[in-house]
Amino acid sequence: MSAEQIRKLVVLAAIWAALLLAPYWMVPLGGYTALATRVLVLGLAAMSVNFLLGFTGVLSFGHAAYFGLGAYGAGLTLKFLAASTPLALVLGMLLGGVCGAILGTLIVRRRGVYFAMVTIAFGQVFYYIAFQWSSLTGGDDGLRGFSRQPIDFGLFKLDILSSANNFYYFVLFCFALVAGAMAFILRSPFGRTMIAIRENERRARFLGIPVERHIWIAFTLSCFFMGFAGALYALVNNFADPRGLHYSQSGDFVMMAVMGGMRSFWGPLLGAAVFVVLQDYLSSITVNWMSFVGLLFVLVVLFFPRGLLGFLQRSKA
Amino acid sequence: MNVLEINNVTKRFGNLVAVRDVSLNVAKGEMCAIIGPNGAGKTTFFNLISGFFPPTSGNIVFDGRDITRLSTHERVTRGMARTFQITEIFPELTVFENVRISAEVAGGYRLRPWISRSEAAKLHAIVEGTLKLVSLEGKADRLVGELAHGDQRAAEIAMALALKPHLLLLDEPTAGMGDQETFQVTQLIRRLHRESNYTIVLIEHDMRVVFHLADRICVLDQGRMLAQGTPQEIAANETVQAAYLGNAA
Repeated sequence: MSAEQIRKLVVLAAIWAALLLAPYWMVPLGGYTALATRVLVLGLAAMSVNFLLGFTGVLSFGHAAYFGLGAYGAGLTLKFLAASTPLALVLGMLLGGVCGAILGTLIVRRRGVYFAMVTIAFGQVFYYIAFQWSSLTGGDDGLRGFSRQPIDFGLFKLDILSSANNFYYFVLFCFALVAGAMAFILRSPFGRTMIAIRENERRARFLGIPVERHIWIAFTLSCFFMGFAGALYALVNNFADPRGLHYSQSGDFVMMAVMGGMRSFWGPLLGAAVFVVLQDYLSSITVNWMSFVGLLFVLVVLFFPRGLLGFLQRSKA
Repeated sequence: MNVLEINNVTKRFGNLVAVRDVSLNVAKGEMCAIIGPNGAGKTTFFNLISGFFPPTSGNIVFDGRDITRLSTHERVTRGMARTFQITEIFPELTVFENVRISAEVAGGYRLRPWISRSEAAKLHAIVEGTLKLVSLEGKADRLVGELAHGDQRAAEIAMALALKPHLLLLDEPTAGMGDQETFQVTQLIRRLHRESNYTIVLIEHDMRVVFHLADRICVLDQGRMLAQGTPQEIAANETVQAAYLGNAA
């Protein structure tokens, strides 16, 4: 094994160790377990945005729509269909993913700014549907009246509602599954065609890659991941909110990805951690917390254009 | 047998006729050079062949099948590879990774979420063989964006070769190069033609390169095919001299 591979393994082990032990080191540092859970879920969403932005090179500014659809999918399942957490997750993911797949066929015909604009427009369509369809979604008040259910393993039931630690480990398990799937895809021949498209679309086309079709697949996969993250988010809050579909939420995800480092796999998770922790801390001091997060974002983009993680990697090398 | 048959192709952009009623046949194993003054329609002609846009009229037959309305990537899948006047590569990937993407697409793996060890080994061998062919085997792990211009061109050609093309289209392969690099790339193209029997169509500005390499030269002028022939015939052709060589040399 080369020194580079060993270094990568050590970093990976450190990341997973930090995640696995989070409930134990966060509390002494003044945090709380539910905060770590939020970081995981929003980090997963930012990683899904980055699956497109950092590895396919197309910027979706409407990804919160699929996140919100996942949340409503999970919430509506628990409220009206069945008291099953796994089913809620699967249906939430499907709702986000299938809507993404359908709209993706239209979205991938455009590039650059136009791509971003079309994603915003479709995203806002879902936002207004969630906002207006009060009888189903609860409208502006959001969807209430459901809660995450214990996971039934047959022999025993895992209580994820009242035990914050149990729930954290359940979310970490889900996070690991999806992050693993993303990493697996990125290392595959298909993943390399995504990177080819990011690096040079014309060259990719002239290697015989049907670029639109590949961007569509990447977009659809990312919407499935996003739907899954959204479903988890509904479980975190026992609540789904139309603001979860709004384009400002999409902007937050893009911000997390860019701040953390969009060329690195783990960057968006770090970005989400910084965002969520700052939000938690600053919003207890001032209602204008966003201006401080925004200031940090501007500083990162100006001085570390590769993001926080990109900067750390660069200085280590 | 003809690899490429272009029949009476015309391309209009509004009022401008960029390519006017041009026909060209390219036989298997042949190296055909397209020359002409600036604005003669050479690049438009190339873009018609490789499928950037469809012709206004006329048709294009490749390997015996009409490809006039096929998209770019479908033409590539049928065995047509091209390079560009301004090198098109994946600058932030290594030479090896650049060529591997090409080999994976050509091998039909582009939609695969995984490949087996034996498939990976096979691809590895293809990439190494291709890099050897263009003399880049010692630079496999370098980032393409950091290489000298001539080596970038060689890498771009390697990506085209890894597609196992029946026809190689080279758009000004020595554009913007110094003498040393021009020589290096010319030698490479010559080897591909003479030793590996690739069928090649190239656009070229550098007359030394053209007369040194080509079996046949086609002269375009104001979108029309002015003359076709061996380098000797073209050199002796008075219309060509008047239109092009006269004021170029």
